[in-house]
Amino acid sequence: MSIIVDGQTKLLVQGITGKEGSFHAKKCKDYGTNLVAGAVPGRNGEVFDESVPIFDSVQDAVDSTDANTSLIFVPPHLRADDAIIEAVDAGIKVVICITEGVPVMDMVNVSSYVRDKDVILIGPNCPGAISPQPKVKVGIMPGDIHRPGKVGVVSRSGTLTYEAVGQLSQLGIGQSTCVGIGGDPVTGISFVDVLEMFKDDDDTEAVVLIGEIGGNREQEAAEYIKTSFNKPVASLIVGQTAPKGKRMGHAGAIITGKDGLAEEKIRALSSAGASIIPSLADIGEVVKEVI
Amino acid sequence: MKIHEYQAKNILNKHGVPVPNGEVANTSVEAVEIAEKLGGKAVVKAQVHAGGRGKAGGVKLVDSSKEAGEISNSLLNSNLVTIQTGTEGVPVDKVLIEEIIDVQKELYVAFTIDGVKKNVVAIVSEFGGMEIEEVAETNPDKVLTLEIESSLGVSPYKARKLASFLNVDKKQIRSVANVISSLYDVFVSNDCSLVEINPLVITSDDRVLAADAKITIDEDSLFRHPDLSEFYDPAQEDPFEKQAAKFGISYVKLDGDIGCLVNGAGLAMATMDVTRFSGASPANFLDVGGGADEAKVSEALKIILLDEKVKKIFINIFGGILKCDIVARGILDASKNVNREFPELVVRMLGTNFDEGREILLQSGLNISLVHDLKEAADLLKSS
Repeated sequence: MSIIVDGQTKLLVQGITGKEGSFHAKKCKDYGTNLVAGAVPGRNGEVFDESVPIFDSVQDAVDSTDANTSLIFVPPHLRADDAIIEAVDAGIKVVICITEGVPVMDMVNVSSYVRDKDVILIGPNCPGAISPQPKVKVGIMPGDIHRPGKVGVVSRSGTLTYEAVGQLSQLGIGQSTCVGIGGDPVTGISFVDVLEMFKDDDDTEAVVLIGEIGGNREQEAAEYIKTSFNKPVASLIVGQTAPKGKRMGHAGAIITGKDGLAEEKIRALSSAGASIIPSLADIGEVVKEVI
Repeated sequence: MKIHEYQAKNILNKHGVPVPNGEVANTSVEAVEIAEKLGGKAVVKAQVHAGGRGKAGGVKLVDSSKEAGEISNSLLNSNLVTIQTGTEGVPVDKVLIEEIIDVQKELYVAFTIDGVKKNVVAIVSEFGGMEIEEVAETNPDKVLTLEIESSLGVSPYKARKLASFLNVDKKQIRSVANVISSLYDVFVSNDCSLVEINPLVITSDDRVLAADAKITIDEDSLFRHPDLSEFYDPAQEDPFEKQAAKFGISYVKLDGDIGCLVNGAGLAMATMDVTRFSGASPANFLDVGGGADEAKVSEALKIILLDEKVKKIFINIFGGILKCDIVARGILDASKNVNREFPELVVRMLGTNFDEGREILLQSGLNISLVHDLKEAADLLKSS
């Protein structure tokens, strides 16, 4: 078993004809993901990579292929937020939005729209999710660094997650599912949502949680770990040496109040019982101790 | 994107939020004219993006238009150094000249985004004029945070609830509530990430005025706000950060001597931390981006090397989409195109096309240490 993406995944890519969309759709397919359709307005009848049909709308794609998971590459000015809502309205159960630079208010409105709906929304500005067993990748992460195993990984970042996974794999520590929830101020599922899924997943025995400065979602995760999570957690918080008030690449990575400070997050996670990974170089070692 | 106080107040004005009488001046001559219109007595406020302006001498009361001119003259020809700027400060290109208001009560009203609630929140306090973080610490029961459902906006009852919490005179509740509703309109219609009025003043003649205004615009929304994009003031930005932005590179200047070049924001922050924990000191945060090409890597290095303090560069790349040979070629290109001695490089690359990248660097003749392990890298950085 794994979470979010698994053997049941039937993938649809929104924006499959764009530069990023086509590149990554191919990579997902090559990794082993069941890519069933693409959706691009006005491109109905075209075929991607010799076998994948393209439809005008998500609804048409779902009606013809039973797609249940969508990966979105639609750029912000072509309304990535609307692409998410289109997927939700068509009954897609897992929506992963890779797009970087979606206006925050758009995500506030999307969040309000999906709140009571039966959908898992991940992102935007995220690397996606991957389950090395049975080799399903819905995202932009390099597939070959992952190994099947029992450690779940959840993070706000892309390359940093790859780094963490690389260290784990090198030490022979495989992963159940790796999820990047995204670096924006407002995203779909949170650390807590992913932890809840890892809790119910028999194949996940421990979790690596990678947070960063800004916002207070790590504190929310700490509260959940303290009260409701019974598997070991190792946590790395980056941006410990970041200056206050400066946006560090990610739109959400800016220290505005006390909660945004790395030290506050580390304190919360540590007192919740998580093992703290002091720095990037120590991920592998700390996780080894934890499991 | 930060904007100036006078720009923020223009926006407030358009949305019906009352602000003190005043105008912005580019020269001391203009400052004198404005102060005369206001009757001589005025407050002169340096227009800079940095906070801590008052304590740094950027806000001064004047008794006459002549004095307004003198003060403006000294402010306009200076850099203002506040606790939020570096030692060199930020230039003052404009001053705002405003009427002096007779304060009866100072309140705090702000709207921002709460990532956990995934909504806009209103934050109010009757303790205006102080840092809200400080009030939250010392008087948590005097700070009210309310979630605003985006489909409903600030409904009248919620505006009244927020206004009532502020402990103002009964007759002022309605006007304070109106201001709160209007501030939410400002927030939403301009895609703000922060609207902070501190203080919102009730004057002794019972007017409600936004005495100061801090507005930050969500940079990702600027494509649909051409009017707001014009508020971008490059003079307030660090020159290196400005140069990086031109190439789509995220760069933040720090005060150390180890230049850092990384792909991905999270990894870039982690690299900064590793550098600092090794005992060395990072000169910058730099995320070259996932889809970087040779030219972008080269530009990134050139920007790092604009900083004369940099004596070593740490390159930490997790090759995925960005391939290691591209990075190596970018390094080579930069080494041929900078007008200073190319410093020692500590390079850690992993992933796609690693072998090609390594070959290129080994044959480059540059002073490069290629490392696999982060600990190894940290040791090399420390010994600088």
